[in-house]
Amino acid sequence: MNREEVLEILQSVKDPEIPKLSIVDLGVVTDVEITNDKLKVVLTPTFSGCPALKVMEDDVKNAIKELPFDEKEVTVSFEKQWSSNLISERGRKILKESGFAPPPKINGLVQIDTFKKVKCPFCESDNTNLQTPFGPTLCRAIHYCNNCKQAFEQFKPV
Amino acid sequence: MNVNEYKYNSHTEMSDELTSGVKDLLFKMADDELILGHRNSEWTGLGPILEEDIAFSSMAQDKLGQAQAIYNLLNQMGEQDADTLAFTRNENEYKCCHFVEYPIGEYDFSLMRHFLFDAAEALRYNSLLNSSYKPLSDLAKKFRGELRYHTLHSEVWIEQLSRATEESKARMQSALNECMPLALGIFEPSKYDDLLLQEGVFTGEENLKSGWYEHIQNILTNSGLKVPDLSSITPSFGGRNGYHTEYLKPLLDEMCEVYKIDPEAEW
Repeated sequence: MNREEVLEILQSVKDPEIPKLSIVDLGVVTDVEITNDKLKVVLTPTFSGCPALKVMEDDVKNAIKELPFDEKEVTVSFEKQWSSNLISERGRKILKESGFAPPPKINGLVQIDTFKKVKCPFCESDNTNLQTPFGPTLCRAIHYCNNCKQAFEQFKPV
Repeated sequence: MNVNEYKYNSHTEMSDELTSGVKDLLFKMADDELILGHRNSEWTGLGPILEEDIAFSSMAQDKLGQAQAIYNLLNQMGEQDADTLAFTRNENEYKCCHFVEYPIGEYDFSLMRHFLFDAAEALRYNSLLNSSYKPLSDLAKKFRGELRYHTLHSEVWIEQLSRATEESKARMQSALNECMPLALGIFEPSKYDDLLLQEGVFTGEENLKSGWYEHIQNILTNSGLKVPDLSSITPSFGGRNGYHTEYLKPLLDEMCEVYKIDPEAEW
């Protein structure tokens, strides 16, 4: 069994709060190492204080439980830090289908301008305003669409 | 930088003296995050407007997550696990500064503390990006994007409230005057500062303070506030050596209450 096959299996592990989005597409699986009969999966949190990480860790352990390796290990590491740039193209599409504006690709740290004219995931208008960068979870900001007159959430760029 | 470019990839490569210095630094940082995180969480349900309620609650969650990550690093360096470190130490074993211990007070005090503390915190992690101790540099890289949201938040509010009404301006100025001696307590010198600087682990509190003062002075002056002269202030020192204000003990009693009912409980 190779790395790609393990990643395909990990596609079945979803973000507990966005059930269509896999943790692979979210970018929190930073490494899959296979050496002889040992499998090691490395995860990293989106935000340091993300309470969903423990759930993801347990779900990964469950997903790899039956795989043909003598030793299986799931670890959490900050060596490769998560950034919203790591969300895959498929992940961005799924975010939008789930009602979230995907984060723009950023270079360095976010600026105030990063939050201007974010495209509404419902009507595609960019006549929108940031309401607050702190939303219902650490990874989500709240915007308002002046065109379709409703609030929407954005997966935060970081 | 790749692995080979760090002087210390693991604490096992350090002298005992340097290991003690790094742990001292990590405890200060983690305890500040933990205690201020707890204080920020006291705004949950009480914020002056809903967005601020959520902002302080979110920043509390970030700070607790960052504290946990630093305690985990301490654990890798031979200390106890994160929960044990956070919840079971005696008051005099905490190394937080007095600033984070103070009650939330009025919103102006909490906002000014958020601005002054988070500016220092962001600069501290910014300097640690280049730390010679790889795990610390990794944490700094992780935290900086999160902290960016905190500093953007505090700067916007400080600028707006300092220019809004006579009352809001007066409140911001008086909060600043009250906060300055406490804020300087963040930079209480450590006996390890020279060693940490020499080994490239951390720039030291004095250097950090200079950069911080320049940074906050720009923003506060542009907002129309009068920044107290450093020579006129007596910093509130003691926290880094375990001497705390009367406010820490009651906070710890409350924060640790549930944990201490059954430390072995599975969550």
